[in-house]
Amino acid sequence: MKFTKDHEWVEVTGETALVGITAYAANALGDVVFVEVPDVGKALKKGDSFAVVESVKAASDVYAPVSGEVVEANNELPNSPDLVNAAPEGAGWIAKVKLSDASELDSLMDRAAYEAFLDTL
Amino acid sequence: MADTHDTPLKSTVLCDRHVALGARMVPFAGYTMPVQYEGVLAEHRWTRESAGLFDVSHMGQARLTGNDAVATLESLTPTDFAALSQGKQKYSLLLNDTSGILDDWMVSRPEEDGFFLVVNAACKDQDFEIIAGSLIGDTRFEVLDGRSLLALQGPKAKDVMQSVCPAACAMYFMDCGTFEIMGETAFISRSGYTGEDGFEISVPNAIAGALWDRLLTDPLVKPIGLGARDSLRMEAGMPLYGHEMDAGYTLAEADLKFAMSKSRFLRGDIKGIDRLKKQLDGHLDRVRVALKILSGPPAREGAPIVARDGAVLGKVTSGGPSPTLGYSIAMGYVPPAESAVGTELDVEVRGKPYPAVIVSLPFVANGYHRKPKG
Repeated sequence: MKFTKDHEWVEVTGETALVGITAYAANALGDVVFVEVPDVGKALKKGDSFAVVESVKAASDVYAPVSGEVVEANNELPNSPDLVNAAPEGAGWIAKVKLSDASELDSLMDRAAYEAFLDTL
Repeated sequence: MADTHDTPLKSTVLCDRHVALGARMVPFAGYTMPVQYEGVLAEHRWTRESAGLFDVSHMGQARLTGNDAVATLESLTPTDFAALSQGKQKYSLLLNDTSGILDDWMVSRPEEDGFFLVVNAACKDQDFEIIAGSLIGDTRFEVLDGRSLLALQGPKAKDVMQSVCPAACAMYFMDCGTFEIMGETAFISRSGYTGEDGFEISVPNAIAGALWDRLLTDPLVKPIGLGARDSLRMEAGMPLYGHEMDAGYTLAEADLKFAMSKSRFLRGDIKGIDRLKKQLDGHLDRVRVALKILSGPPAREGAPIVARDGAVLGKVTSGGPSPTLGYSIAMGYVPPAESAVGTELDVEVRGKPYPAVIVSLPFVANGYHRKPKG
């Protein structure tokens, strides 16, 4: 699993990757009550907002950690947005993306680097 | 409101306790305040089912005393304070010269010649300056900087209060009085900002920590942050200054006519009365409404409200998910012609329209302990 400074994660399997928000981000948001998942087929550019996660208090953009095409969205989330709190780095994944530039992964942090980054916040 | 300025944040005397309880502290109206402890949803539900304890000491507290205190208050507001009996509380508004709303207040009369005011934190410096410059006759004005304000809210608040200040439990909704807690004078009202039965308790800072601790020893009580305070007041349909109203709105637009006494309207001595009369005669461009969001994401402050034909009607001023109802709710402004309960329209979120319908307030029925009729 790789991580961004905006607290998204990517888990690559072959040519596709699951993306979501980290446990740190989910905890910071508080109770997630609504998730707007991207449409299948949507083209993502690294850094673009591609989903929205909402708590009681506020709506927060989720930024694409990699470029590519959405091949699947987590259809559990519209009915069970609390999955993002319960299992942010597992069942609370947001979208499956077909990578268009695997080299983008090199600029992301591994878990040790991400945890070191969290310590600086 | 003023959350972005660079001056150092003030804190209430309970700040260390919030941090020790694990609160997430955020800047609010110049103070560092707890936005949540265990989580907004859990705190919201706890308040609706049991009793929530809020530190609202950032709000301004003041006293007006003297024979002319009524005249002073009436010169600033649309409310008949001569008609407010001792032991009663009234919601009121601080008005500018054209009837624009400068703040909303809770005014109590715990003593015959003494009024006790609670005003919004973000407005208190302005309000106190205006009051100090408007004193009539023998009115004496005292800002109560040395007092904290705790709100105990929820259906079980009375059971908790029974052990702390049993005499206060004899009050009904919108009653107030002077009581003794831990040997000190407490101004207590049976009111709040959640739609539930409850109490607002003003005590000297010296005992605020001890009272907070004592209330929290009751298993019926949990600390509640500003996050749930906002979702609770929204469900109760209560306006928040800086959102549903500011100097650009009148009480006619904001649907706060209950803050205006009929006697004052008939007497015609309310600031900006001509504008108010015109608006109340039907010349109103916009009015506050309540929206039930039928599907889609929460519509938050700033979301456009649009007619089914696409015409922009107004904007959402507060909105979010209702933990009690399970759907999203909002308040906002539309022209009177579109304001009838049952009117279907759309709210726009991130550029997409989602269906909504105008409903009546409150969204969630209140639980006030009202005096029985008759």
